[in-house]
Amino acid sequence: MNPAPEVHVTPAVIRLEIPAVAEWVAVARLAVSAVASRSHFSVDEIEDIKLAVAESCTNAIQHGAGGQIEIVCEASSDRLQVTVRDRGTGPLLGSVKKEEDRITETGRTEELGVFLIRALMDSVEYTSDPRSGTQLVMTKHVGN
Amino acid sequence: MDIKVSVRESDSDAYVVDLTGEIDVYTSPKVKDAITELIDQAHYHLVINLEKVRYIDSTGLGVLIGGLKRVREHGGSVNLVCTNPQIKKIFDITGLVKIFGIFDDEQSAMKALA
Repeated sequence: MNPAPEVHVTPAVIRLEIPAVAEWVAVARLAVSAVASRSHFSVDEIEDIKLAVAESCTNAIQHGAGGQIEIVCEASSDRLQVTVRDRGTGPLLGSVKKEEDRITETGRTEELGVFLIRALMDSVEYTSDPRSGTQLVMTKHVGN
Repeated sequence: MDIKVSVRESDSDAYVVDLTGEIDVYTSPKVKDAITELIDQAHYHLVINLEKVRYIDSTGLGVLIGGLKRVREHGGSVNLVCTNPQIKKIFDITGLVKIFGIFDDEQSAMKALA
């Protein structure tokens, strides 16, 4: 049987805003997983993206200043870049490298979300500014 | 999106918490309440069945870790039932496989309770 022809995905930008409250995180993760499914990601990769986006939104809620969370997806056939912006100062990023030790030794889980984002996505970049808030840009490539 | 939580007593005096749905920042307080109530009633040997859980995030993991810490203070334990590869992967990459007993079926999880 011949493999299914690869469908070209027109590069697209999709923007979504949700209130920075817990009950809307599910909407964000499902919307982004729908965008990811338009690219050529596997089911497992889509699940990774879904969790990373949810963790980003959860961080924005826990460390943000309320208001809205902006989620921007830039999708193409072979990659998805997701930017999550909020008005807060962001989590303490310098302390998440040894998250596994932190969890098992002390039981602390507050930065577990950031650890998961880093583990599940191919690249993650945070910028935080007291005036403009926190921006997280994360990228995943198909088949990586 | 919601989580259904039900609690039952097993034959061996342990308690089983059956979870169905998605555990995230919105639904995890409901799971925490159920586990906290059991521990407050001095039930320290728990099996948490994640067989019907489709999704879990760090807040859900945090609730499970919190429960484990509390029961261990009383010489208890928490074992998990989980076969979903995506959820097992989350326990794996976070290193939580080292602190939880994770089993493919409830009978094995029950048998392994300390």
